[in-house]
This record gives sequence, structure tokens and C-alpha cells, in this order.
Amino acid sequence: MDAQVETATRELSYAQAIQEAMAIAMERDERVFLMGEDIGVYGGAFQVTGDLVERFGTDRVMDTPISELGGAGVAVGAAVTGMRPIFEFQFSDFATLAMEQIVNQAAKMRYMLGGAVSVPVVMRFPAGSGTGAAAQHSQSLEAWLGHVPGLKVIQPATPHDAKGMLLAAIEDPDPVMIYEHKLLYKMKGEVPEGYYTVPIGKAEVRREGADLTIVATSIMVHKSLDAAKQLAEEGIDVEVIDLRTIRPMDRQTIIESVCKTSRLMCVYEGVKTLGVGAEISAMIAESEAFDYLDAPVVRLGGAETPIPYNPELEKATVPQVDGIVKAARDLVTGAR
Amino acid sequence: MSATAKKGAAKKDGANQPFIYRHYDQEKLRDALRKMYLIRQFEEGAEESYMRGLIHGTMHLSIGQEASAVGICLGLSDEDQITSTHRGHGHCIAKGADVSRMFAEFFGKTTGYCRGRGGSMHIADVSTGNLGANGIVGGGLPIAVGAALTAKKMKTGNVVVCFFGDGANNEGAFHEALNMAAIWKLPVIFVCENNGYGMSTSVARATAVPNIADRASAYAMPGVIVDGNVVSDVAEAMHDATERARNGEGPTLIECKTYRYRGHSKSDRNRYRTKEEIEEWMTERDPIEAFESQLMEFGVIDQNGIEEIRESVRKEIEAGIEFAKESPMPEVANLEKYVYTEQA
Repeated sequence: MDAQVETATRELSYAQAIQEAMAIAMERDERVFLMGEDIGVYGGAFQVTGDLVERFGTDRVMDTPISELGGAGVAVGAAVTGMRPIFEFQFSDFATLAMEQIVNQAAKMRYMLGGAVSVPVVMRFPAGSGTGAAAQHSQSLEAWLGHVPGLKVIQPATPHDAKGMLLAAIEDPDPVMIYEHKLLYKMKGEVPEGYYTVPIGKAEVRREGADLTIVATSIMVHKSLDAAKQLAEEGIDVEVIDLRTIRPMDRQTIIESVCKTSRLMCVYEGVKTLGVGAEISAMIAESEAFDYLDAPVVRLGGAETPIPYNPELEKATVPQVDGIVKAARDLVTGAR
Repeated sequence: MSATAKKGAAKKDGANQPFIYRHYDQEKLRDALRKMYLIRQFEEGAEESYMRGLIHGTMHLSIGQEASAVGICLGLSDEDQITSTHRGHGHCIAKGADVSRMFAEFFGKTTGYCRGRGGSMHIADVSTGNLGANGIVGGGLPIAVGAALTAKKMKTGNVVVCFFGDGANNEGAFHEALNMAAIWKLPVIFVCENNGYGMSTSVARATAVPNIADRASAYAMPGVIVDGNVVSDVAEAMHDATERARNGEGPTLIECKTYRYRGHSKSDRNRYRTKEEIEEWMTERDPIEAFESQLMEFGVIDQNGIEEIRESVRKEIEAGIEFAKESPMPEVANLEKYVYTEQA
């Protein structure tokens, strides 16, 4: 696969995989350090940094005040001057407080200065719904940042990719934003020991199929794979692509798949309108794959509403397996 | 680079002399005067080029604020870094940038510091430690703190100067940045150039405290108010703050009270201040005139010396504009270059 030096694997959770990537990076490179709210002795709101402070000390696992704008800016300033900071937003929603530094500074500094500097900062964004945390702690705003040239935006869906893509992000000379779905943190998977990277900007075909291409992001990859399993029993053969990176997008993998299956469905948790699916659909409409389409493109995205508190309502806000199965079946059988 | 005066270097000796005459040799002081001329004539040259349609967009001129830029940067080396503001031409020159490449940038040319991608509002010269002007009020404050964090982590012994205006002190970034610099005792010096107005809104109307330096106490750091039009006063406050920063004692907030002669930007109709107010600053408190007469009083320079420097600056500006005019335009085919780092 994409890994450079893969050794033995063992099962780790997604959160453990990220933690391991950060530990390896800090051991390899003394410029790497972590910043964020309550990432030290508390271990992070989702225990992603865990006990790293005991291993690396408070200088390298730095608790910040509750100052998202300032903290993000400090990380940008440290990156420009030679460090390799990894900044954790406690919840991705709180990045709205730091948009100035992310969008106006981190993304543009290299360009504004005509290439005189690079901004090798990594920012981590725990995102998504399903935790009962309601409207201000559950959003999926990755498309906001995907809209900004100068940033790279990734959404690893498995523990393997979480570790490998984070290590790639730390090596990357440009600002990389990592959206981590909170419901994935406890998910387990095979993770190689040691150092390896998974390239940014490359999608992965998770399941090959002939009848329909589903391009999914983050947790929706798993829901789409579950749906594909059910659909296979009905004789519908679904190809599932894990997009992994929303900027820069791997257009070729999607185009090739759609040319093969002649049908496209995009599944993502962010609000449907103007979301990642809009970009994928438009990209296909502009590409040679358009001529291969046998049916209109379908987008399954988040409802046009803030994330509600009530568990039933919350579930109804974002695509679920049943909905994916039905939409895919309708698309393939021409029922829509 | 900081040239400390040897004993008896200045004509008069003793404690009555202002700080810079005790601390720097005469050559350094003449160079400071030269930099002030360079800033003013650069701004005038930029303004004229703008009027003649050679520069597009907008610009924010710092005429009248030369003493704070020069006084702050006097003792810094190229390894010490600054973050600058939208009114940042003076900072860039004071830190040591070449005016030819600055003009070239304003003319949008490939030879400009930012290869024509940044213009006036993003002027930077990383080679002399200038991390860049900033189009966002307060945008540079957290970045400066981050640069100071690097200095502390890498134990470089360098300091970082964060220039900002009075307007920025009401941005959240100001408060977050000062707090973090203080809790981590970082080698950063916050320099507020208070020119009395955030665009059209006076400090009195926009800020709850009479002095920006009053806000330092909220972040447990010294807040120092200086006459921003007196080079020596600025340089002395900066010297103390630098010592403190280099000794690991943390940040300082210096407020330079100053004034801009020109409007906020090219769209300014000057409706919020009186002609009399502007004229009073220009005739009674001009930083360059004040410095010239003080240098003459202490025998550092005479009228001939002044004329000589002025003439050489005039030639440098002329040559800079000529260089900018003759430099090549960027190619449209390279539009997307520098968005990301080119990787082999």
C-alpha cells in the first residue's frame, strides 16, 4: 500500500493511532510539539493526547488558555519561524473563533510573501454529530476550509490512515487541517507499528463494484460500506471510494470509477448545500465521466438545520445506513 | 549589529545626555537619521507614484511616524524578528530592507519582495527579520507570540517585536496574544503606534482606557508610554524591554504616542480631524526635525552632513523607482505559484 516502512500491525483505536503518530513525530523531530486546550494532564477532551504529557513534558504538550484565535495564531507564528506545531481544537466548532488566523494568515502567508516562507502547521479538528452535544459541538464544517487555497484538508476514516496521514501532514511544508470524526475515535483497526505515511491528496477505493460509485468522507465511508454489504445481497454491486482528502481532491480516482459504474452518489455529513458533494458532483459534470452517467448524480448530506439535541432528531440530521441503502437502490433501479 | 558607544564617543559626556547619545556611537545615530529620511522620502515617492498611476490598489502612509519605526529597530539584529501592520513601510525600511525591492513590490513586479503577490499591505523582508505587514488589524499579534515561542524553544536569544496600531488594541487577538506571551514569559515586545485614530475613530471614542499601555497591567507586564516622535525616548524604552525579554523576564508593552500626517488610506477625506491639529503636529512635533536639531546640538552632525545624507537618500529613492519601473511583470502563467510549497 502507500506505507513506506510497514512492519507488524496490531489493533489500535483511531484515537490511539493519532496519539501514536504524534509520539513518533515528537521522537523523530524535536521541532514537533503539541498545543491545545486541556491536552496536558487532562489528556484532551477525547483523550487523544492521553498521557503524552508524562512522556514529553509540558513544554512539548502545551496547554493553552481558552484562546482559539490566539492559540491558532501562535501555532502559525511558530511554524513560520521553524517549529512544527500540531494545534488541537477541542471541538472543530471552536475553529470558527480562529478563522482569521487559519484563513487570512496560515493559508495565505506563503503566497502573500511570494514564496519567502512556508507554514508547516498541523491543526486537528474533532468534528461531527452523534454525541448528543447539540448545535455548537457537533458540526462538520470541513467544506469551509476546503474552499481556501493554501490549505490542505484531510479526513482520514480509519486508524491506519489517521496515523499515516497525520505523519504525512507533519512532514508537509504547508498547513494541513485534519478533520477527525468523534465517533471514529473508539473505532479499532489494524495499524502498522513504527513510522509510515499515507499520502495527502489520494483517495482510496475501499470496495470495488460495478453498478454505482459512492464517494464518501470520514465516518460515512463506514456507513456506505455497511450499506454496500446490504445492497450486495440484493444484487447491487457498489463501489465505495474513501475520499480521504477534500483539498487537493483526487479527481482522477473518482472520474475513473464513475466511467466504470455510470452512477454517482456522494455521502457526507456536512450540510448538503454547498458541501463536499457539490464539488464532487460539479467536478464530474465537468469531466469526461459526464457522458458515462446513466442517471442524475445524488447527494446525501446533512440536513439544512443545526444539529439538534434529541437523539432521534440528531440521527435524522445526517445520512444513516438505511437512507444510503434506499437512495442507492432507487438510483440503480431507476426508481427515483 | 547594535553598536554600543565607547566611552567619550559623543562630544558631550555625562548622564544629562539622552539615552541614544550615551548608548550608540555617532555613526549609528547618523544612520538612524538617514533611515528616517529614507522612510519619509520613500513614502513621498510611493505617494507620487500612486498619483501618477504607477501603483494601483491602496496604501497606508506612515509619514510622521518615522521615529517609532527607527527607534524600535535601532538595536535589533537581522535575527531579531518583527511583525508589522498595514502601515508598515517604515518598519520594513527601519529593519533594513532595500527600497528598490519595496518599490518593485508596489509596482507589482517580479523583483519585489513578494514577487508582486503582496503589494504594500503585505510588504515583508524575511532576510532582515521582517515577517511581514498584515492587512488584518491585530493579525500579527498572535504570530509574533508564536515567533517568540520559537525563540524560546530554540533558545536563540532573539527577540520579536510586534508592531500594531491603536485600533488593534480592541481586537480579541490583542488580548489573547498578550495573555499568552505573559503566561509563557516570551521574548516579545508589543509596540503600539498610537496615532490617535483607527481609520476615523479616535482612541477616545473607541477605547475605554486613556492609554493603550494601561492595558498592560491586565497581563502583568510593564506598560510604558513614550513620546513616539522622539527617537531617543523610543529607543530607551525598547532597550529596557529588550533586556527584559532577553533575560527571560517576559514581554513589555510600549505605547508610542505619534501621529500620521496623511489620511488613513487613499480614500480618506480627512473629515474627522481638523487642519489645525494636523498642522500643529507637522510644525511643532515633527520627528525628523526634532532629531536633526538634537543631533546638531550634540555635535553628531552639521548642516552639511544633513544635506549630504538627504541628497544620497534622494538618489537612492530615485534609483529605487527606476529599478521598479524597469523590472519585469510576473507572468500570468505563474498565477498559482507559491500557493503551496513546491516539492521535489
